[in-house]
Amino acid sequence: MTQSPLPLITIVTFLPLVGALFMLFQRRDDTATLKRTALIVSAITFGVSLLFVVRVGPIGGFDLAQPGFQYYERYDWIPAFNIGYEVGIDGISLLLVLLTTFLSPLAILSSFEAIKDRVKEYYIFMLILESGMLGVFISLDLFLFYVFWEVTLVPMYFLVGIWGGGRRVYAAIKFFLYTMAGSILMLLAILWLGINGGSFSLPTLLQNNSWLAGAPEMALFIAFAAAFAIKVPLWPFHSWLPDAHVEAPTAGSVILAGVLLKMGTYGFLRFNLALFPNASREAAPVIAVLAIIGIIYGAIVSFAQTDVKKLVAYSSVSHLGFVMLGIFAFTPQGLQGALLQMINHGLSTGALFLMIGFLYERRHTREMEQFGGLWKIVPVYGTLMLIVSLSSMGLPGLNGFVGEFTILLGTWAANPVWAAVAATGVILAAVYILTMFVKMFMGESRNEENLHLVDLTQRELWVIVPIVIFIFVIGLYPNPFFQTMTASVSALLQPLGGSVAIAP
Amino acid sequence: MTILAAFGMIVLLVDLALKRAQKPLTAWLSLVGFGAAGVASLAIMEQRGSGFGGMIALDPYAQVLGLVAILAGALTVLTSFHYVRDRGIGRSEYYALLLFSVSGMVMMAAAHNLIVVFIALELLSIPLYVLTGFARPNVESEEAAIKYFLLGAFASGFLLFGIALMYGASGTTDLERIAQGIAQTGASPLALIGAGLILVGLGFKVAAVPFHMWTPDVYEGAPTPITGFMSVGAKAAGFAALLRVFVSSLGGIQADWVTLVAILSALTMIVGNIVAVSQTNLKRMLAYSSIAHAGYLLMGVAAANRAGVAGALFYLVAYAFTNIGAFAVLSTMARPSGEDQTFKTYRGLYRRSPALAVMMMIFMLSLTGIPLTGGFIGKYYLFLSAVEANLIWLAVIGVLTSVVSAFFYLRVIVDMFMREAEPQAEVEPVSYRPLNFTVNLSAAAVVILGVVPMAVLTLVTTAAQLLVG
Repeated sequence: MTQSPLPLITIVTFLPLVGALFMLFQRRDDTATLKRTALIVSAITFGVSLLFVVRVGPIGGFDLAQPGFQYYERYDWIPAFNIGYEVGIDGISLLLVLLTTFLSPLAILSSFEAIKDRVKEYYIFMLILESGMLGVFISLDLFLFYVFWEVTLVPMYFLVGIWGGGRRVYAAIKFFLYTMAGSILMLLAILWLGINGGSFSLPTLLQNNSWLAGAPEMALFIAFAAAFAIKVPLWPFHSWLPDAHVEAPTAGSVILAGVLLKMGTYGFLRFNLALFPNASREAAPVIAVLAIIGIIYGAIVSFAQTDVKKLVAYSSVSHLGFVMLGIFAFTPQGLQGALLQMINHGLSTGALFLMIGFLYERRHTREMEQFGGLWKIVPVYGTLMLIVSLSSMGLPGLNGFVGEFTILLGTWAANPVWAAVAATGVILAAVYILTMFVKMFMGESRNEENLHLVDLTQRELWVIVPIVIFIFVIGLYPNPFFQTMTASVSALLQPLGGSVAIAP
Repeated sequence: MTILAAFGMIVLLVDLALKRAQKPLTAWLSLVGFGAAGVASLAIMEQRGSGFGGMIALDPYAQVLGLVAILAGALTVLTSFHYVRDRGIGRSEYYALLLFSVSGMVMMAAAHNLIVVFIALELLSIPLYVLTGFARPNVESEEAAIKYFLLGAFASGFLLFGIALMYGASGTTDLERIAQGIAQTGASPLALIGAGLILVGLGFKVAAVPFHMWTPDVYEGAPTPITGFMSVGAKAAGFAALLRVFVSSLGGIQADWVTLVAILSALTMIVGNIVAVSQTNLKRMLAYSSIAHAGYLLMGVAAANRAGVAGALFYLVAYAFTNIGAFAVLSTMARPSGEDQTFKTYRGLYRRSPALAVMMMIFMLSLTGIPLTGGFIGKYYLFLSAVEANLIWLAVIGVLTSVVSAFFYLRVIVDMFMREAEPQAEVEPVSYRPLNFTVNLSAAAVVILGVVPMAVLTLVTTAAQLLVG
């Protein structure tokens, strides 16, 4: 484990929180300053987080050959329970940290016009949420991880519950209860590990895993999986997702789809696979089947939607199914593809939610029936929407393709039947995405009001263009992204015995 | 020994003084009494010894729980100050009774003999009966007092009978000698029945299911600050005795009673949390929630290990701040003309009083057990003890009921933050300095206990070592 001269992780993680505390003392009615502060704080956080990959003098940089944790820090927190503030990042968490710091300022910038009520609280919650999410990805202590995991719940609950749509209270409570039900089972498993493994520290537990012999491994696996499967969400634990997504404000949806769901898949990678290799192998077929059902179910239900935001919400279920399938294929390609697809989904779906949000701010409806022929009316919007949609669909040359293709490649090596069935999901995705695009952007406008739509403003372009750039970069030249994870992924796969080729 | 004597004298002196003094002065005098007792208790924290021929123990365990009671008393004085004045019930007896009740709780925490347990229980209960009925013209308050008194007397009978049987079985009421006797001969059926009756008697005090029937009505009827006091102080005292009697004295025969206590704990959590879901009145909801929390605490008794005792102690500390704070918020919403504590009253509270709503949110999150609050660390510790004691099924029930509880605690947050008040139903919260001080102090303490719990954790672990070596 490598340490750094600067506690870079701590700085990045807590910068937004410090910003939020600072904002507490700003004037409530000066909304312009409030917005600016939030944007600047999150932008600085992104800037600092770039130091993880870009070396400046003695600080920063990322050692690609190193599979272990870098920027490692550890301090005692609650010694009575043997709990420490222990953080570090490796190739698995690096990209997710960057995704979080990248999407947060964009999400904040996208809310400048949409949020008019209780502006101060809104941005404070956004910043707290960012700190919480970063904390999840950097924690190496199980207890600390749990704390951050739960802490993300509260701001998200408020974001949905206060600034959400018509059924926001219902959606917020449902989101909270679902997530808590899963995570609290994980707490019990963490307790068990702390007592019987003698430590809450993930590196320690992995290094000295004598506790594994005679442990109720499957029960522990399930307890952890309960928390993560609900978060992902793995079919059939997904029913909170469409509600939360549809009711959440745009930025909330972006963060929810972009980062929060990844906390689930990340949890599987970081904890389930690493801590319980035997149970992971045993459970793999079940999870793979659930993932495949999710892929197809999500796609079909997406197709049936009339509300475009719901369509995108259900498509998340399908996309995350791919990620889960890639993870539980236990092949290097599968895992790498899954990791990259986590990033891709964050970008593409995040962008889709942003675009839908822009449209909703203008027309106050998301019913596809209400639109039509938009491309002619708002050409810039139409072009960008096309790119983003195609990226979500997995068109070669764009990011989604690279991820899905690598996943399917890795899954094929493990089990060709899984890969074959899952591949139909790609086709179905083309069906629902293209149908949506045709309905909304081609043909003639079905509503008078559409004719007065204005194209994207400069601020909106600032929000969406950075994402589109990355959609192209990953699609055309994904190698650097794969390189960051190679070492960590192969280290992770070692105890799992490489591929679990289960012949059909 | 010294602490109790000193404390008793302070109580008496203050009591004497307040008969003659001006009314507002009596409250401050009682505060001084609490302060002195608290300081004395802190000063002798590390000492160990016994008094009154071994009937009273002087040890960190007694001090920690004693401090919880003293703290509850002091904060209740602050919350009551304007509450009783506005209602014209601010007689000096109010504070005197409060002091007596607290002295009973402190005595309970230090009790090392079953006889003292009984005396302490009466000393803390009788003032509470009176305090419950203190809002005199109010019929509900009187009804609550009568109900509390009748059922309380009944429970005292159970306890006394249990003590008698225990004496019959072991020939002593000294807790340590009971433990020795059990270690030598094992448990006789007589001792077991005695233990069961003691459990009933104390179970009533801490509002464990199925001895909880009185709780909602009494909580609802009693003056709001007293409800907060009762929910914390009486619970702390009840658990002080439960832990000492069961974990320390009867720890040798844990196998004989663990199932019973565990079932009691499970039932209490389930009933408390599920019934709380359907409440529309915040005070009643908190009453059921207090039942549910007794269930979590019983988990620590059932586990009967060091983590169980330490966890229960920590939980009581965190719970004291949380609940007193929550009831202080309730007090700000109460009007002398009548209390409307339905959820509706709290709609849109954030718009009217942001600070108050945020504090209430902290209390609700702590009761739910969300990280970075004291309630979470306490719950965590108790679950830890249950898992350690191999009572995993109990821990599972604990976590599942916690999810249920999230529902009704969140509802308060929903009403405060996410709904708008109906114009005619708007209640402006009152704002008095002592009251606000209680709320702010409690909220700060809840957060501190959740973020940097080390100091208190060390304290409760030392205290727990006494009971479970």
